[in-house]
Amino acid sequence: MSHEVRQKPDTAGRPRWIPVTACDNIPLREGRAARVGDREIAIFNFGDRFLAVDNRCPHKGGPLCDGIVAGDCVVCPLHAWKVSLETGAIERPATASACVRTYPTRVEAGVVLVELPADPKARSATDTTGGGRAA
Amino acid sequence: MKQLVVVGNGMTGVACVEQVLKHAPRFEITIFGDETHVNYNRILLSSVLAGEKAADEITLSPLEWYQRNDIRLRLGVRIVDVDADLKTVRGDDGSVTSYDTLLLATGSSPFMPRIEGLDRENVFAFRTLDDTRKLLQRAGPGVKAVVIGGGLLGLEAARGLQVQGCNVTVVHLMPTLMERQLDPNAGNYLAGKMEDLGIRVLLGRTTTAVVGNGHAEGVALEDGTIVEADLVVVAAGIRPNVELAYKAGLNVNRGIVVNDHMETSDPDIFAVGECVEHRGVCYGLVAPLLEQGKVLAATITANKGPVYTGTIQAAKLKIMGVDVFSAGDWSEQNAEPVCYEDRALGVYKKLTVRDGKLAGVILVGDTSDSHRYMDWLRAQTDLSGQRRHLLFPPPGSDAGLDIAQMAESATICGCVGVTKGAIIHAIHQEGVNTLSQLKEATRASTGCGSCTALCQDILKAVAPEFEEETKRVICGCVPFSQDALREILRSQRLKSVQEVLEIYGNGQGCEVCKPALSYMLDMIWCGDHDEDRSARFINDRVHANIQKDGTFSVVPRIRGGVTTPDELRRIADVADKYHVPMVKITGSQRIDLLGIKKEDLPQVWADLGMPSGQAYTKGFRMVKTCVGTEFCRFGTQDSTAAGIELERRFEQLYTPHKVKMASVGCPRNCAEATVKDIGLVGQEGGWQVVVGGAAGKSVRKADLLITVETTDAALEAAELFFQYYREQANYLERTYDFVERFGIDKVRKETVYAPAPVKQGLLDRLRKSKTRARDAWHEGQAPVHPTQFIPIQAIEGVHA
Repeated sequence: MSHEVRQKPDTAGRPRWIPVTACDNIPLREGRAARVGDREIAIFNFGDRFLAVDNRCPHKGGPLCDGIVAGDCVVCPLHAWKVSLETGAIERPATASACVRTYPTRVEAGVVLVELPADPKARSATDTTGGGRAA
Repeated sequence: MKQLVVVGNGMTGVACVEQVLKHAPRFEITIFGDETHVNYNRILLSSVLAGEKAADEITLSPLEWYQRNDIRLRLGVRIVDVDADLKTVRGDDGSVTSYDTLLLATGSSPFMPRIEGLDRENVFAFRTLDDTRKLLQRAGPGVKAVVIGGGLLGLEAARGLQVQGCNVTVVHLMPTLMERQLDPNAGNYLAGKMEDLGIRVLLGRTTTAVVGNGHAEGVALEDGTIVEADLVVVAAGIRPNVELAYKAGLNVNRGIVVNDHMETSDPDIFAVGECVEHRGVCYGLVAPLLEQGKVLAATITANKGPVYTGTIQAAKLKIMGVDVFSAGDWSEQNAEPVCYEDRALGVYKKLTVRDGKLAGVILVGDTSDSHRYMDWLRAQTDLSGQRRHLLFPPPGSDAGLDIAQMAESATICGCVGVTKGAIIHAIHQEGVNTLSQLKEATRASTGCGSCTALCQDILKAVAPEFEEETKRVICGCVPFSQDALREILRSQRLKSVQEVLEIYGNGQGCEVCKPALSYMLDMIWCGDHDEDRSARFINDRVHANIQKDGTFSVVPRIRGGVTTPDELRRIADVADKYHVPMVKITGSQRIDLLGIKKEDLPQVWADLGMPSGQAYTKGFRMVKTCVGTEFCRFGTQDSTAAGIELERRFEQLYTPHKVKMASVGCPRNCAEATVKDIGLVGQEGGWQVVVGGAAGKSVRKADLLITVETTDAALEAAELFFQYYREQANYLERTYDFVERFGIDKVRKETVYAPAPVKQGLLDRLRKSKTRARDAWHEGQAPVHPTQFIPIQAIEGVHA
């Protein structure tokens, strides 16, 4: 945990919205891999919204950003596993129980923002202070 | 038992006998048919002509049916005389048969207008299976066909012939097509749609003669024009066959006059079908004829009671992509017309309302509501409460709901007359679960087939264990066969994948249909389509082959496998500069650089300074060669030069599946040409061109396409087959499956042995595609999208 985070108790350890890229940089019905901190996130453009998931297929690590979009799913280019971009669930094969992490997105001033989850270490710190406030 | 003799083994006669059999057995039945086939579905002859159905697929009553029901069937015998006093019929074979009850189901014959030269060879009617077979024998690519008559049958014949490859002209006497079923406006839309399909339509033209020396060579029109024709089809209407009725002394007008019980003027002779006239109307469509058959069966089995009061006539054109429907009386006399028209989409709808009830309907371009209108017509529904919704029903009802709202008495199959109630009964009482079982049990959808989707919907909604029969559709997103899809894209002039998905599919598509549609659009429009990279596999978005770790492999084009020291040095330099983990010689005489990152692709290509080898796509790959006459002491042909030229002619083109070729200078076959998709095998004095070989997942020796003397001829044969495969094969169908499916004879007949204009057409379309094709690696310097190759970095650092 960085020194800086500790100095900002309002945001520390909470989910954060990160501006990623101009909407135009992701073509309609395609995905692009985006480096966000130490994560690689695949962001897909559905025209009226963007959907984001970790850019690794749980099967063999295929780059989901390179898959073909089918409804609100993407089909991994390596072995055609079908991943729901809404829920992160594996739709095919039916037997797979793994799940891909999804990220909330929103658009602001023509820029796609992705919400990163709370840093687990930061969260524990926040929980402590939060507990303090409640008491 | 009494003798029932039936003259006529067509749909109506047999359907009536089926009804007779449902009553208590009281007849020994004999059926005479002058055709030599068992009862078949005449309505589907146009589907046979169009190659959609095989002749044996349209059989309605197989021989076993006649045997099972103890019916004496006499085929190929024409009844030429009736003696109503002695109660006998005489056949053209001399046989005399006694009857107690005689049923005339003689149908009708094609009307032959007064045109000189109709006796010439290659002039046909289009009425029977035999007519259809003859047409099929003579139709083919490049054959010029003229259809005289622009009615329902004429247009379906024209389309069928065109599908067989003919150049078709329709000559019609009246100023608009199908004038008996359509108003002039609808007729004009239809003419436009036929022209869009590539069928020439001449309106308001009288044909005076078929000219030619013994066989047809052309059709002469009143204005002096001669339309060239190798084949002439006369479809100028039908005339009831009433000769026997005359001989029997029956009351005959245009048809054999019958009353509401289907009785003629002779108490022992009955008539049904196209040969009769009821209340002044002769019917030529199947639905009324089957209704008549039911009434008649009751009458002649001493169950007289039901009456036939006439039928609302309805007609539907069975041409894929040309939706036309007409029913009832659509004249505007004493009626209020309600119209909707969208010229750009080619949609025209017209209803006529008389006394608050629907009187008639015409639908062009969208016939999806035809069932609703037929229900209104039949039930004479009072429409005053829904005048504002006649053309647009309140939106937002799902299919299940629609079916739930449909009355039990609503007719689903208009041809056979099956109601929703009857279908539900069959499902519950007879355990019907599939469409075939439903056909078997109720005969629903065995006529024109236009209610098939509705029958499916009812099955889906009602049958507890509904099983959808798998038709060979590309996928669930666009539920059509690939043949049908190619036809749709062409006739509807669709140019983008998304458009196709939205109009004919679920609007979304998937990894199966999107690349297939991308291919079809590119092929059909020779590259002049709206390319949508989101519908392409990743390899075709970045023009390299994705590897298991998400990196890519790069294979530059080395035509014919012939390279230079300079190229090899550049390849080596690239391998060093980008730390390429593996450099490999491929099985196709190429060099593969494996493990390249997506973002490095543009610079790698620039440093190589070579075109794309397209080793990543469903497209033309490469030509493997031997050294041929250049250095080899056995070489008989310059196989390397031929291979390099082949590669220049085909490179950059997409194909249904990958296409690998080889060119060898002698039958020793060192570059394995006989197991390639296309192979050139040099021999003393010429080349053998072989196709459909494989040495991958399948192993198959290629078939000989043709043997030619010159290299130019060999290259052209390869081009003909290549383009033919592009146009006819299904996406992801390799040449070896394609050639097996079509048969090499058919392939030869339609490529190297095809008439000159057909060959020229194939070559022209190939050249057109080639002109538009580009080396994909140019996108390295001119990307189609700013982030085509470049990964995105978040604008804001996470820890900021």
